Amino acid sequence: MPPEAAKPVVSRGWRGRRSTDVDPARIPPGQYVTRDFPVLSAGPTPHTSLELWDFSIIGELDSPRRWTWEEFRDLPSEEITRDIHCVNKWSKLDTVWQGVSVDTLLEGIETSGEYVTQYSDGGYTTNLPLEDITGGKAWVVFAYGGEPLEPEHGGPARMLVPRHYFWKSAKWVRGLRLYLSDEPGFWETNGYHNYGDPWQEQRYQGD
Amino acid sequence: MAGTAVPGRLTWELAELVEVIVETPHVKTIVLDVPSWPGHRAGQHVDVRLTAADGYQAERSYSIASALDGTRVTLTVQRLEDGEVSPYLTDELRPGEKIELRGPIGGYFVWEPSDGGPLMLVAGGSGVVPLMAMIRTRAAAGDDTETRLLYSSRTPDDVIYRDELELLSGNGLTVVHALTDSQPPGWTSYARRVDAEMLAEVAPSPAERPRFYSCGPTPFVEAVAEAVVRLGHDSLAIKTERFGPTGR
Amino acid sequence: MDDLMLDGNAIAGLLREVFAVEMTTAIGTCGRCGTPGPVGAVHVYRGAGIVLRCSHCSNTLAKIVKSDSRVWIDLTGIRALEVTV
Repeated sequence: MPPEAAKPVVSRGWRGRRSTDVDPARIPPGQYVTRDFPVLSAGPTPHTSLELWDFSIIGELDSPRRWTWEEFRDLPSEEITRDIHCVNKWSKLDTVWQGVSVDTLLEGIETSGEYVTQYSDGGYTTNLPLEDITGGKAWVVFAYGGEPLEPEHGGPARMLVPRHYFWKSAKWVRGLRLYLSDEPGFWETNGYHNYGDPWQEQRYQGD
Repeated sequence: MAGTAVPGRLTWELAELVEVIVETPHVKTIVLDVPSWPGHRAGQHVDVRLTAADGYQAERSYSIASALDGTRVTLTVQRLEDGEVSPYLTDELRPGEKIELRGPIGGYFVWEPSDGGPLMLVAGGSGVVPLMAMIRTRAAAGDDTETRLLYSSRTPDDVIYRDELELLSGNGLTVVHALTDSQPPGWTSYARRVDAEMLAEVAPSPAERPRFYSCGPTPFVEAVAEAVVRLGHDSLAIKTERFGPTGR
Repeated sequence: MDDLMLDGNAIAGLLREVFAVEMTTAIGTCGRCGTPGPVGAVHVYRGAGIVLRCSHCSNTLAKIVKSDSRVWIDLTGIRALEVTV
């Protein structure tokens, strides 16, 4: 019978690269802090030219909306500083973005929809209740750290929804679709939690 | 393909560090002893897991560098400056101490003498490790399959296994180096990145139906794979192992 | 093609955990373009979970999410899988 470790063997003196000089109250359960910005992706990086890029609001609403890149950039935008939390246990504090509030995009809209799916170039989707992307909780961001958002980090524009694990902030976002009923997205249909609140450690279905 | 499917799930085993060998300024070989090691094939890798006192864990994969040798498993590890795992393996772990290891893993990127050749191995940096396992396995078996290694490194100091490769050359093994950043005085081999022209000069022709194995950072392997196909080789003739953008 | 992309071989250990047999030599047929090929040669992306994509048409072949005790696998992009046992 091969020898098996009954429980993991501790590696003497090893701590890994996580940052430890942080206020624990800012860190959701089970998370570690990094100063890196790991690049994670479900597929190849799309490269949509700004001439062809647009952002739409479609589905369950009075009439669809659409902005070209120029129209989108003409909308009022703001600087947003937030902590972000990835389901793979990395948190990054005080990330600084520039973007348009979803409230601005939905201003004046008439909808009976209660759920929203973010959809992206490459086919990625992720879902949330409408109330969780409104009221100052979500943005479509186009700059990170004072620079235009790089393609590998989701540029030209991605969602920023900091109160949920970061898979719920779609990279390469092209629009929001409003639904009457919840439509679990790319990861929600395969094991990740439908709501994904880091403070309740809702990583996986059933958590 | 007998023996490819080793039944049962892998479990974490304890590997004891026997010896550390300095290969280059950034690379060390760690020699491990793994009791009841089932054996391995050239090209396979292991997963290594470290656990901190508070339970935090990290896992990384490392190619096995050695030919089959009882319970000995040798890994050649590049120390990444901000690495999570590699600095611990190269600088902290002491002989007699143990780490958790799982393997051998992988049935796709493997070569054994019975697979035949001619063999064309294309290595980028520390991507040479699994290819060295193939070269060492070939040597241990006294096999004379025509084998060529095209090995790209940045500087002369970065060439891993330099002396051993020179020693093993001959008897059907040819080693060609490319040094991309700096070369020693009098250097006559390649002084640029691997490209299609270089591969055309070094590799066997498509008519000889070589088996290509390429390992290294993703952009390197991508370039090699594209060039191989462009030179007229069957796309199925090349097996790749990509490390990702920065290596492991 | 992407700098981030790995080969199926990179997740051989994970697949071994799940399937209990060596999977990188299994031949998968893409459900979209119909091209067969070894799992070890598919394109692997690491997002929140792991995504396997067809090396010919980039179709999502499989998604894998792993917690400490459970693994979820979506294989709907693979038409058929041939495994040596």
